[in-house]
Amino acid sequence: MSKMNLTRRGVLKTGAIAGTGVAAPTIFTAQSAAAFTNEPTGSSVTLGFNVPQTGPYADEGADELRAYELAVEHLNGGGDGGLMNTFSSKALQGNGIMGKKVEYVTGDTQTKSDAARASARSMIEKDGAVMITGGSSSGVAVAVQALCQEAGVIFMAGLTHSNDTTGKDKKANGFRHFFNSYMSGAALAPILANNYGTDRKAYHLTADYNWGYTTEEAVRTSTEAMGWETVAAVKTPLTQTDFSSYIAPVLQSGADVLVLNHYGGNMVNSLTNAVQFGLRDKLVNNKNFEIVVPLYSRLMAKGAGANVKGIFGSTNWHWSLQDEGSKAFVQSFGTKYGFPPSQAAHTCYVQALLYADAVERAGSFNPCAVAEALEGFEFDGMGNGKTLYRAEDHQCFKDVLVVKGKENPTSEFDLLEIVEVTPTSQVTYDASIFGGELGSCNPGA
Amino acid sequence: MEAIVLQILNGLDKGSAYALIALGLTLIFGTLGVVNFAHGALFMIGAFCAVTLSRILTLSHTVVDETQKDFLGNPLKVDVPYMMDWFGESTGAAIIDWAVPLSILFAIPVMIAIGVIMERGLIKHFYKRPHADQILVTFGLAIVLQEIIKYYYGANPIPTPAPAAFKGSFDFGAMMGFDPNTIIYPYWRIIYFAFAAVIIGAVFAFLQFTTFGMVVRAGMADRETVQLLGINIDRRFTLMFGIAAAVAGLAGVMYTPINSPNYHMGMDFLVLSFVVVVVGGMGSLPGAVAAGFLLGILESFASMREVLAVLPGLNQIIIYLVAIIILLTRPRGLMGRKGVMED
Repeated sequence: MSKMNLTRRGVLKTGAIAGTGVAAPTIFTAQSAAAFTNEPTGSSVTLGFNVPQTGPYADEGADELRAYELAVEHLNGGGDGGLMNTFSSKALQGNGIMGKKVEYVTGDTQTKSDAARASARSMIEKDGAVMITGGSSSGVAVAVQALCQEAGVIFMAGLTHSNDTTGKDKKANGFRHFFNSYMSGAALAPILANNYGTDRKAYHLTADYNWGYTTEEAVRTSTEAMGWETVAAVKTPLTQTDFSSYIAPVLQSGADVLVLNHYGGNMVNSLTNAVQFGLRDKLVNNKNFEIVVPLYSRLMAKGAGANVKGIFGSTNWHWSLQDEGSKAFVQSFGTKYGFPPSQAAHTCYVQALLYADAVERAGSFNPCAVAEALEGFEFDGMGNGKTLYRAEDHQCFKDVLVVKGKENPTSEFDLLEIVEVTPTSQVTYDASIFGGELGSCNPGA
Repeated sequence: MEAIVLQILNGLDKGSAYALIALGLTLIFGTLGVVNFAHGALFMIGAFCAVTLSRILTLSHTVVDETQKDFLGNPLKVDVPYMMDWFGESTGAAIIDWAVPLSILFAIPVMIAIGVIMERGLIKHFYKRPHADQILVTFGLAIVLQEIIKYYYGANPIPTPAPAAFKGSFDFGAMMGFDPNTIIYPYWRIIYFAFAAVIIGAVFAFLQFTTFGMVVRAGMADRETVQLLGINIDRRFTLMFGIAAAVAGLAGVMYTPINSPNYHMGMDFLVLSFVVVVVGGMGSLPGAVAAGFLLGILESFASMREVLAVLPGLNQIIIYLVAIIILLTRPRGLMGRKGVMED
């Protein structure tokens, strides 16, 4: 008969070892038998949609979620097929992804990096999501992208415009369809020169965070290259709501253009304040005073109301585009939800389809195989003309839209009009200029 | 010189909002002894009273315009407000255009009712509880209220413009002999400042020159003695809560053309308003108003490019820096009285 010698120290040791094992994230342990993280073994595959469901970008997040739900419906063979009908790749058959029914889970980023990482982690560890996508902020995108790299899943970014997402913070497991600050500057500058001349003095108000800096730098570089002078660049706190004390001194500076490097609520408030101060009614240096908003979104334009009229900006996509892909998406989304999709909805829908297509072409859900299928992938029919997923930085290169606030909108969605479709060649840059290293793909196993 | 005048003007309208919210906070604290963290939410609800009235005035029926197409290529459905049907195009459009000023009349009874319901329904149960409990329950209430607003109105800001007659700006510089365009100031912000001055004057006059106000002031000084005289001070204090809610609500109504209202705007003002109350002196109405304007003006100066070039980031901390200095040198705030919140 054996005798068990139970000592206090022994029990504590055993408990500690067992506890460590139990507490260790399943992300690092549960995959040991699989080839890669969350390898789908049943008849379905789970995608993780990580969008802002609460907080200031909740409306944008809701539109992203609508787009994802539409994409899932189309991938599973429902609805009218949407962009699958116009997509140049014909790998998707409407039978899920590789024959597995597409299911999804959602997370709430709250537009906070820590909350977004927590929700992404939960979807990967608890729900078995094989891919994470979505978001409305560059800070969130960079944070979630890093998490997905560590976890060994693919991250298909949602709305993120900072150069850093596919620049200094790029990762091998992360991919961005949305355009970036550099492209906005490169697309806007010639239009601004044509409309306002090359002898202008610009005053920048810049949101005091990463996206603001990269946007200011991009617009400054592009406009200074065509002859504009930057008389001042002032950083404004992200939490600022009343911009009067920043806008009032603009006219005293001798500037005749105000560039608002703001997004979301910041942009709505700063533009509203600038128009209130009557800046656009003023004549400075014998020129009409002008305002520029480098990045527009429909929801921002809606929030700013009539103040956007006649103001130039850039956007990734717009529902009024007349190519077959855009028309198919607007028809599909509009029929289902009763209103046209936003650019956030478009980029998220396209990202979901691009991921599914890459899996089909790779013949595997392995993130490294998917990444390889996406790298250097050229496609068309998704609403932005011919597009390249550049292998060097996982950034999509496609036409960029320059838009202007519409003078006579016919509805609450008809707020912007397309002024110019800037060709890809004009917004393409060397992949090395923003630094960073992709590193190696991580399958997570 | 022009820059200084400009920033003082900026500070005055910013200070107007701080002063109005802080005035309501101080009224509630002075009468009921409650630290009301839901006060910012009342400011936000006031703003949404303007949004609501604006939507009521633009209630429409749909007319199909065969000459235009919608985004799906179908004949465009155009909304025609009933106001235009009932009063004609120009009069109807004018009524809709004046939605924000008209909202003042709409907001006063609504905000008083909300204030009274809030006080009777929830806050009265926390009179004898520690301030920490009051802060927790009112902060929780603020979050509930903003989530309700978000549920019904969405998270996106809703443009609520001023009447067309008040759009644009006034050239103070030209009037004062400076170069044109050096000191410009929006008409609506001038109106906001004047409106705040009238409301603050009305509250002080109400407390100073009416019997009701006299009883309230007596109750604020010595609640027990007033009750021993057979006066139902609780009922008067409840009404004061309603009046404080209306003051915050009116501040919110008139603020809507300055910044498009959103569900979070109350929280944006809440912390700053508490700093204003503390700097002004807990329980001191003149202190709250003076501190509101003082901090508004200092905040404007701290945002100047020239100041930020020397002290980067000062704009983000100026209010808290001033609060620290005031509390170190005058622990009871600018006009605080001995014994208030010192037990």
